[in-house]
Amino acid sequence: MKDVREALMVGRNSEGKLVRRPLSPHLQVYKPQISSATSIFHRITGVALGAGTVLFTLWLVSAAAGDDAFSVVQAIFASWIGLLVLFGFTFALFYHFCNGIRHLAWDAGKGFELPDMHRSGRLGIAAAIVLTVAFWAIALLVG
Amino acid sequence: MAEFTLPKNSVVGVGKTYKAPAGAKRVKEFKVYRWNPDDGKNPVTDTYEIDLDTCGPMVLDAIIKIKNEIDASLTFRRSCREGICGSCAMNIDGTNTLACLKPIGDVKGAVNISPLPHMPVVKDLVPDLTQPYAQYRSIEPWLQAETAPPPDAERLQSKEERAEIDGLWECILCFCCSTSCPSYWWNGDRYLGPAVLMAAYRWIADSRDEHTGKRLDSLEDPFKLYRCHTIMNCTQTCPKGLNPAKAIGKIKQLMLERQG
Repeated sequence: MKDVREALMVGRNSEGKLVRRPLSPHLQVYKPQISSATSIFHRITGVALGAGTVLFTLWLVSAAAGDDAFSVVQAIFASWIGLLVLFGFTFALFYHFCNGIRHLAWDAGKGFELPDMHRSGRLGIAAAIVLTVAFWAIALLVG
Repeated sequence: MAEFTLPKNSVVGVGKTYKAPAGAKRVKEFKVYRWNPDDGKNPVTDTYEIDLDTCGPMVLDAIIKIKNEIDASLTFRRSCREGICGSCAMNIDGTNTLACLKPIGDVKGAVNISPLPHMPVVKDLVPDLTQPYAQYRSIEPWLQAETAPPPDAERLQSKEERAEIDGLWECILCFCCSTSCPSYWWNGDRYLGPAVLMAAYRWIADSRDEHTGKRLDSLEDPFKLYRCHTIMNCTQTCPKGLNPAKAIGKIKQLMLERQG
């Protein structure tokens, strides 16, 4: 579908000739702030969770396929790069979960005032970090 | 569609620098977006050095000074200079606001000024607002009722009913909020944007208006309303301290409630 705004990208100069107008700068000038940062990060972690679920499925399928396949996948997951990816996956999960609670509150009509929004945004990030670190501390301690 | 980079003809180059007069003590740099439909070139950023000792306190004072004393070709909208007309909405120091309400002292370093984001530029700091105005028209922003008003009086409201539209009617349609919204940047052809949705809610929430159902019907659309993802750049940037995100949230709630 064509963007109807395209029609407005053409204007006239002082002699009445048609000229192509520029689009004013947007991402190039707009300052990142907690409102937009938490939101775009929610989107990114959502995509990351989609990709991470494929890894999780791979793990389950390899377990069903037998010892050989499972040990290969286990070895990959236990390598330092595998652990790093898993660490990122758990952080994405916890962040998406915590920020998702903010969305739940907004859907219930709560938390729209600016101080509340700033506080819940910072709290969501902090909680995601704490939960991720706690998860890995327990996972590594229990082994 | 989301295009994160600017089209080729919109990439901003470096323009001229106008030095402060000799002997100026409190010099502040203003970096201003310029585009002239007559010269066939890309937009540029011109730099003006202003002596704050001879300038009023607000960003609007500075750009009026530039136009009066340094460069008469600088083009921008302004009228009331007290935050009630909404004409001088622009992007200052990375967020949208009214130039007349933005103190120069609030900006650290050079003051970057560009038109409201992701809009067609008419000239310099003047964006084409045809699209948001047309969208505002589409929500039919006037009182609609089937029942006749009392023959000898206005349509009355209780104090509580009147309070329902506080924080809504104060909107001056400067479109700082709509043009701060990434959803509106990418989908502004079909998404109505925060300013227009808050205006829609202003009539939905008005006890005298009897077309609430019809108004909600017209917003029940994956794009018009539901491209709002509660990013909240709108509320963050509103120079009048209003809360469009909350108004949009209320519309979404009403949509749910009437589904039962």
